[in-house]
Amino acid sequence: MSIIRVEELQKHYGENRAVDGVSFHVEAGEVYALLGQNGAGKSTTVEILEGHRSLTSGAVSVMGFDPAAADRDFRDRIGVVLQSSGVEQEFTVREAIDLYASAYRTRRSLEEVVHLVGLDEKVDERIGSLSGGQRRRVDLALGIVGNPDLLFLDEPTTGFDPSARRMSWDLIENLCATGMTVLLTTHYLDEAEHLADRVGVLMNGRMVAEGTPSQLIDGISGTVVSFALPESVAIGDAVSTFSGVLGQEVRVSGRLVEATVDASTQVVHRLTGWAIEHDIELEGLTVRRASLEDVFLQLTEQEEAQ
Amino acid sequence: MNDAPSSTARTGGYPSNVALVVRQIRYQLTYFMRVPIALFFTVVLPLVMLVLFNALFGDGTIETEAGEWSVRQFYTGGLAAYTAVGATYSNLGNMVPIRRDEGVLKRWRSTPLPTWTYIAGLIGSAIVIAFVSVVLTLTIGVVFYDLEIDWVKMPAAFVTFVVGVASSAALGMALVSVIKSSSSSSAMVNATILPLAFISDVFVVGVDDTFLGTVANIFPLKPFVNAFQDCFNPLVDGPGFSPGRLAFVAAWGAVGLFIALKRFTWEPSGAAGRRGRRSRQAATDAALN
Repeated sequence: MSIIRVEELQKHYGENRAVDGVSFHVEAGEVYALLGQNGAGKSTTVEILEGHRSLTSGAVSVMGFDPAAADRDFRDRIGVVLQSSGVEQEFTVREAIDLYASAYRTRRSLEEVVHLVGLDEKVDERIGSLSGGQRRRVDLALGIVGNPDLLFLDEPTTGFDPSARRMSWDLIENLCATGMTVLLTTHYLDEAEHLADRVGVLMNGRMVAEGTPSQLIDGISGTVVSFALPESVAIGDAVSTFSGVLGQEVRVSGRLVEATVDASTQVVHRLTGWAIEHDIELEGLTVRRASLEDVFLQLTEQEEAQ
Repeated sequence: MNDAPSSTARTGGYPSNVALVVRQIRYQLTYFMRVPIALFFTVVLPLVMLVLFNALFGDGTIETEAGEWSVRQFYTGGLAAYTAVGATYSNLGNMVPIRRDEGVLKRWRSTPLPTWTYIAGLIGSAIVIAFVSVVLTLTIGVVFYDLEIDWVKMPAAFVTFVVGVASSAALGMALVSVIKSSSSSSAMVNATILPLAFISDVFVVGVDDTFLGTVANIFPLKPFVNAFQDCFNPLVDGPGFSPGRLAFVAAWGAVGLFIALKRFTWEPSGAAGRRGRRSRQAATDAALN
């Protein structure tokens, strides 16, 4: 059974089509990531599903509810971790969790919640005295205290340093292991790749690709060949030179030359053949499987070309 | 703990509405007690004014319609009424926009807490603060400033208090709904209440048949202050009820309630929408020029 069904969703603000015909389903127990840059329509879509915004046209259903008309029983079954929701800093973690728990029919115990989000040590500290990352964990704690069937996570690690992000991912993975369905929005590709069972890529209010991370990666040419631009080749000539050698479009950013290729064996053969012929050592020559980032870059190029 | 996935049984009922409201009131009171500036302006400052005014003018008398009246009693009743308005109108007008801007209201909106219990918690806590402040002010009046409590008039004082704070809380929530951002809330609150207090017999006694007296009588503060002062005025006989004034104050409260219910938002987005239209208009204008 689909927990979330979105059909041809449109949300217009005057002339601006923030969401422009998006459709997707999220199945029970799944972690689904809406991936896109700022302004792609992720947050608008999620806020419609949470019942915070009305839709212009299309149809949405969340656990059988119409979120726009949804009542207490709907909000009892969802957990929401917003980018922009605050909590009184004058309260301790314990007080805030107790208070917000009081609104729900089924609750997780304080001990369980603080343990799940890793705030065991901070339970009697005022929220105002916590670090940014710890406050985000309080957000997470308040999102799961009602033992939701469906959790909305809006940009859960934006602004985190790498180690805090790793830690948050572990926390979110632990939560997902309890069987909750999660709808995640993120503009970090590695986050979607790490956490999501399926990913929907939003661009300019439209869904341009959808699938498991490996399907998306396989969907484009699967391998990335990269190396540092040799000194004997001018930056201005790099694209034409290597596109010719490789027989395929290359990307140049800084001194990094990169190509996403189908048949890496042949391409590497041509490239190394050319290098030996010109007596050039290719620094940092790498052949790796494409990441979600490469998918995203390719989709962005296609979108811009249109 | 129940960790089952989407089949989580939700057989338990919701907490009772009474329990929810009581918890919300307690929560708002705890918050209030931990915000020193709110505590100072709402509870401490009126007491400071009471002490100051009595030190400055305490031995004088005031000429009122009913006759000569000791300044001490006049100030105690008037400032107590003003404190009640401060705890409701000013307190809500200052605090709610801050929480709205911080996203606290939006977070509550995502929970199954019924909307009205949250609002009831806000207003209920404001009334509790008003009650405690008024009792404190009156106690100081009795102990230090010869305020005479006439028990026959206390039912009237209580009813006047209830009508006054209910109305003033409703008007406070109405003000919240027109305040765009918390950075302007303090200015909006003071710009509406302070000038009015000066012409509404709180700090100085006014005369009814002047321009300012006429202005003051259009607004609910003066009728409320006068109705409350009468409950402590030895020159006023009988139970001290002022049904006409209270009806007037209640009518203002009803208008406030209507506006508050009509315009209340959980997010600062209503204001953002208007700003958005203006800036879009500006952008269009700039493009055309």
